[in-house]
Amino acid sequence: MSKEWPLWEVFIRSQHGLAHKHVGSLHAPDAEMAINNARDVYTRRNEGVSIWVVKAADIVASSPADKDALFEPSNSKVYRHPTFFPMPEEVKNL
Amino acid sequence: MDANKFEYLLRQGDNALILSQQLSQLCGKGPALEEDMALTNVALDLLGQTRMWLTYAGEIEGHGRDEDRLAYLRDTRDFRNCLLVEQPNGDYAQTLTRQFLFDTWHYFLMRGLLASRDRRIAEIAEKSIKEVTYHLRRSGDLVVRLGDGTDVSRRKMQDALDELWTYAGEMFLYDDVDLAMVAQGVAPAAEGLRDAFMIHVAEVLDEATLTMPPVDAYVQRGGKQGRHTERIGYILAEMQFLQRAYPGVEW
Repeated sequence: MSKEWPLWEVFIRSQHGLAHKHVGSLHAPDAEMAINNARDVYTRRNEGVSIWVVKAADIVASSPADKDALFEPSNSKVYRHPTFFPMPEEVKNL
Repeated sequence: MDANKFEYLLRQGDNALILSQQLSQLCGKGPALEEDMALTNVALDLLGQTRMWLTYAGEIEGHGRDEDRLAYLRDTRDFRNCLLVEQPNGDYAQTLTRQFLFDTWHYFLMRGLLASRDRRIAEIAEKSIKEVTYHLRRSGDLVVRLGDGTDVSRRKMQDALDELWTYAGEMFLYDDVDLAMVAQGVAPAAEGLRDAFMIHVAEVLDEATLTMPPVDAYVQRGGKQGRHTERIGYILAEMQFLQRAYPGVEW
């Protein structure tokens, strides 16, 4: 067994209505301590209203080698991008 | 001047100040990055609370001493912190156990002070209690994990607890100053505080599979009255050096 604490990825919701955003990672022995540590490492300047922590080992990631197969096809289909609609000033965070 | 209130405010301020100073000595030396930052955060919280207590103490005294003069230009015998907070950082079990015992008392005291008849004190307690609530949660969580951890961590935690327990009771030994504050409705009575303290400590230690020392164990006393252990001199020497060597220096 490794002597290192497991790695956790930290997600913080900066204000109500916004999604949790990945802010970084940290080490902690378990989930509860990961929340405590996330508070101390990432929220000292009033950044958040909610914290998620996820064990880094539990995250399934796409392989960088699959980048072209996964993402390239959408780049050539310009009609998929909602760039033709002017957005009103008042709509923020969209 | 209300001499009792001045003393009482110094005690609150000095507890926070000395513990903050001790924790800040661990800055950059914590056992893990996350712990290092957490300890420093707690140190900063306590320093902020110190300012509120000592500023008010200076106003009550009425001799024009501000929080800086009270912090940096008093000598050992004029400090009113309890002996617990001047105990050495030691190993991490000692740092943590000292913190847990302090946090538990601190939390219940702040809760009591929310109802203080002195509005200024009630306001300081209100500002402090959010920080203190987190301090208590964090140190309790860690006591459980290290107590109910490996054989080595459990032994270290039990040793630290047995060693520091003798300093935990001083907070509940009320002298004339404390009693005057209780009589004025400024401070909560010792009995209720002590009961809440013992119940919470017993719960956490039980979960941590640690053995709670006897409730009526021998208690070291004197810090609140200015009779300190030798260590306070070393703490102040480092904390006050700059103002002593360069009086009035600012940055």
